[in-house]
Amino acid sequence: MTASESTSTANLATTPLDAWHREAGAKMVPFAGYEMPIQYDSIVKEHQACRSAAALFDVSHMGRLRFDGASSEALLDRLLTRKVTGMPVGTVRYGMVCNEDGGILDDVLVSYLKTPSDSHYHLLVVNASNRQKIIDWITPQLDDFPDVTFSDRTELTAMIAVQGPLAMEVCKRLFSFDPSRLKYYRATITDQFSKPAIVSRTGYTGEDGLELIVRAEEATRVWENIMLAGRDAGFVPAGLGARDTLRMEAGMPLYGHELNETINPITAGLKFACSLGDRKFIGRDAIEAALANGPKQQRIGLFLDGKRPAREESPVLCEGKVVGNVTSGGPSPTLGRPIAMAMVDTSVAENEHFEVDIRGKLAAATRTSLPFYRRPA
Amino acid sequence: MSRDKTKLLYAETHEWVDVAEENGQQVATIGISDFAIEQLNDLVYMELPEVGKALDAGDEFGEVESVKAVSPLYSPIAGEVTDVHEGLPDELDNLNSDPFNFGWIVKIKITDASGLESLMDYAAYQKQCAESG
Repeated sequence: MTASESTSTANLATTPLDAWHREAGAKMVPFAGYEMPIQYDSIVKEHQACRSAAALFDVSHMGRLRFDGASSEALLDRLLTRKVTGMPVGTVRYGMVCNEDGGILDDVLVSYLKTPSDSHYHLLVVNASNRQKIIDWITPQLDDFPDVTFSDRTELTAMIAVQGPLAMEVCKRLFSFDPSRLKYYRATITDQFSKPAIVSRTGYTGEDGLELIVRAEEATRVWENIMLAGRDAGFVPAGLGARDTLRMEAGMPLYGHELNETINPITAGLKFACSLGDRKFIGRDAIEAALANGPKQQRIGLFLDGKRPAREESPVLCEGKVVGNVTSGGPSPTLGRPIAMAMVDTSVAENEHFEVDIRGKLAAATRTSLPFYRRPA
Repeated sequence: MSRDKTKLLYAETHEWVDVAEENGQQVATIGISDFAIEQLNDLVYMELPEVGKALDAGDEFGEVESVKAVSPLYSPIAGEVTDVHEGLPDELDNLNSDPFNFGWIVKIKITDASGLESLMDYAAYQKQCAESG
């Protein structure tokens, strides 16, 4: 066998929780310009802990961009596939930033928040790998919105996800505002032992839970408080490895895999994250045309026979003909069998039986609706 | 009889080799090291070769797959596959717990022993692991 990941750490950034990860024995890997924990112990154990108790994820590498000023919503309305004007205070929306051709530059969460001193701002959470690209995309647009103050808060803050069926039960004790009172996709600014924290009921695992944004210097204290509070409940730290298997089971797209600049929101199956009729935004005409013409390809879910997982880029065949390729694939620890998401030609997207070419050998695959896993109600 | 990992030969690519005389022929039993298994973590699949397959030193003879990644298995020596541990892919947990005995992967009848010279002894392999770990 060959050594897997590159261990070169030249010019990589670290998160405010870096020392904690190393102390805990995490295996660190380069990811999107950061040194990040891929796993502390076993990816499968971390995955299972998230499904049965809760897991903590350091997601500080995600970009956090803040917009102050009355015209922020007009600026964001131009940039995002979702309408931002009129979002009630404390709401979060999932949307995309597209180019003029409708190609996806990033998928993002936008929140509208009220500070304790009663001012308001918008917060955009972007993928780590796209942070600089999105900043470069936004910066020239600011000329048209002179009252908007745009600031990159990524390095001043840390972001922690607490995800799992016991996450809310444990976390409700830790903040001034009981976060279990937040509905799904709602956010508030509260405090954790008198230090400010943005708390949102969002996540990327298919489980209930929270995402927290705190000041960088508070990150370790907040992380340790949650770990301690959740110790008896079975909370574990989890790395990027489990984050990926969890989001795959939950059928969630990942930028660079299911999404990229050659795919529009309609092809990606993300029409729900576009509001087309209410305003003009960058890429709208192209997305409307894609909707009118119908997508050439569609995203589907596959169960594979046997134990061998299919990986990204494996060709997908239907009746002996290549009809697409796998965008993400791997073992599903919860279901105990390999799963894959694939982009296939629309003409065969309703078919039931496919084959996946895994390095020269064909594995039978059966289409299934996404997500692969849905948490018990 | 239990294999002593300190008496085995090792390839740079983490395969172990145990050479023994069987029916007048040199046969290499091959597996992957405890270090490699720990690095891979969470094994989910193993692809084995067919009996009779001819291999040169350095040829890929199979692959082992973890939750995150696929790693090819390389034959440290030239020869012909005479036996394959067919049950191993269904018992990867036991490969974890006993990589040097239960975890044997293939036996190869050696046709050219020169590849053995480039293998490391246990001490040299440990040094490599320490440097990469």
